[in-house]
Amino acid sequence: MTDTAIHARGLTKRFGTLVAVNAVTLDVPRACVYGFLGPNGSGKSTTIRMLCGLLTPTEGDIEVLGLHIPQQAEQLKRRIGYMTQKFSLFDDLSVRQNLEFLATVQGLSRQREKSRVAELLKRYHLDDRQEQLAGTLSGGQKQRLALAGATVHDPELLLLDEPTSAVDPESRRDFWEKLFELADTGTTILVSTHYMDEAERCHRLAILDRGNLVADGTPKELTGELEGRTFLVRANSPRAARDALADAPGVLSVAQIGNELRVLMRDNRATVDTLRSRLASAGLEGDTEAVSPSLEDVFVVATHQQQQREEQAA
Amino acid sequence: MNLRRLWAIMIKELRQLRRDRVTLAMIMGMPVLQLILFGYAINLNLRYLPAAVADQSQTAGSRAAVQDLLASEVIEQHATAQTPQQLIDLLRQGRISVGIAVPPDFERRKLDGREAIQVMVDGSDNVVQSAAGQLAQYPLNQPDDFHATTETPISVVSFYNPERRSAVNIVPGLIGVILTMTMVLFTAVAIVRETERGNMELLITTPVSRTELMIGKVLPYAGIGLIQTTLVLLLGAWLFQVPLRGSLWDVYMAASLLVLANLSLGLLISTRAKSQFQAMQMTFFVFLPSILLSGFMFPFAGMPTPAQWIAELLPLTHFIRLIRGIMLRGADLSDLWPDSLALLAFIAVMLTLSIRLFHKRLD
Repeated sequence: MTDTAIHARGLTKRFGTLVAVNAVTLDVPRACVYGFLGPNGSGKSTTIRMLCGLLTPTEGDIEVLGLHIPQQAEQLKRRIGYMTQKFSLFDDLSVRQNLEFLATVQGLSRQREKSRVAELLKRYHLDDRQEQLAGTLSGGQKQRLALAGATVHDPELLLLDEPTSAVDPESRRDFWEKLFELADTGTTILVSTHYMDEAERCHRLAILDRGNLVADGTPKELTGELEGRTFLVRANSPRAARDALADAPGVLSVAQIGNELRVLMRDNRATVDTLRSRLASAGLEGDTEAVSPSLEDVFVVATHQQQQREEQAA
Repeated sequence: MNLRRLWAIMIKELRQLRRDRVTLAMIMGMPVLQLILFGYAINLNLRYLPAAVADQSQTAGSRAAVQDLLASEVIEQHATAQTPQQLIDLLRQGRISVGIAVPPDFERRKLDGREAIQVMVDGSDNVVQSAAGQLAQYPLNQPDDFHATTETPISVVSFYNPERRSAVNIVPGLIGVILTMTMVLFTAVAIVRETERGNMELLITTPVSRTELMIGKVLPYAGIGLIQTTLVLLLGAWLFQVPLRGSLWDVYMAASLLVLANLSLGLLISTRAKSQFQAMQMTFFVFLPSILLSGFMFPFAGMPTPAQWIAELLPLTHFIRLIRGIMLRGADLSDLWPDSLALLAFIAVMLTLSIRLFHKRLD
């Protein structure tokens, strides 16, 4: 057994002329929570679907849990759990019936099925809802049910496609606790999201932008690369300060957060003084300090670089 | 194929069906409604057509002849007239569909063997025309008639349906029509619905095989098809005294063949349709020719050859031949082996095609 759960090389998917996923190379280690961060339409779902054999890649090699995909997809299906973006359990079956159905279909023995369903109902706090129809559950409850359904057969690998996109913050935190519990027992989890705070929680993550994998590593590695390039500016008139800074040489992006401006530089040669003098020359006053970079900064830099690469190619 | 998995899919399907009130209502309501509609309202064998008589002869013989015609119950006297011209006026006004004109020289004509009575028919309605045609078959000879002749030129004897009741003809075929209507639609929609709701994406990432999925989805509906068959048979016997001359076993065998043929057709549709609406459109595309060409409404022999070719491809055509043979003529399945075989071939082709076309993938 290798310590890599997913191993993909040059993964490409084209729908007609549209390139949904472009030469993505990916290694997911076992027993870790691996995040896919990217905006809608960046190819997250398509990549996940290719990894579990639902879509045939146009090009590239995939090895998941030591199996070649899509050739050995049927064998893989016994060993993975997949949670779709949209709730895909049966609305018109009860919570218990849904879980029992999935347990049987996944090939659990009658005895095992009984104890497993009871265990899942308890673990995901659904025991008082077990006779309720799945369609009438709240967003957070549906999410827990879907996760229970995806893990009914104790899969080695869980693929979760934007599992928390329709869930309130409280339920999201709760949901992530469950994910880490699963990772602790040795389950590998690949989870896609467009929330930065969720991405920060992952052991490792990959950033996708319009089908390209633009950065990957641990959150610390990724933010570490931007050390010395991020500043916070508190100005009296933030809109004017924003305009003054946006065109300044060396500035990559300026984002307003309340009354503060978050400035991201192209390299780490700039200092607090560079920005101060820039503001002064525009006749503005402001307080400037260096701050530690966030994943959002990583995202901005990565997508910017990708844009430049594409412009050069064109 | 894993039987436990197959069972789980069937149970799931039945549980969902139990909560689907519209479909449940359709399963039971459609046979009852159609049976009553076709059995009572649509009567191809007309009776009590409004008629008027202009008897210019006014002899005992002519009056007796007119009474005979009225006694046939094909016509019913609604108006009286003095002259044929008045009859024509009444016809044109739409007050009568049939006019009986007895000329003044009725007795002479009868003796001479010439046409003695003229029946005027509103030919703008085909069915009325053919019904009135029956009147012309009536013998004018009275038992006490001097010239009694028994030599009726051609005599027609209707076997198997001596009273020529439409219901007897229609009810067996109706089993086929109802099964075609509901079975194709139910399966097509049942699968497309799962795709639409996203359930299919979940199902195909489980170890469920294509065959398990297809058969598990279809078998519950096969059971429903046989329940519908029973319902029509019972109502048909109770309301319309439709006879069952062959064996009940053969009826259910024939019905099972049609059910499976329609279910496999529904499966094929479901592999192609993108939405429930599309599935319904495609179902209708099959349904209409089935009703019109199968011989259910119009006799097969009267259709042009290309239409007959198309009809031979439709499962309903073969079923109608089977079921009328079994129920009305007392035939058994082996007497009708070409049609049984045709249905089997249809099932084999459709099932193979749909399992091939269904992929456990999204692209």
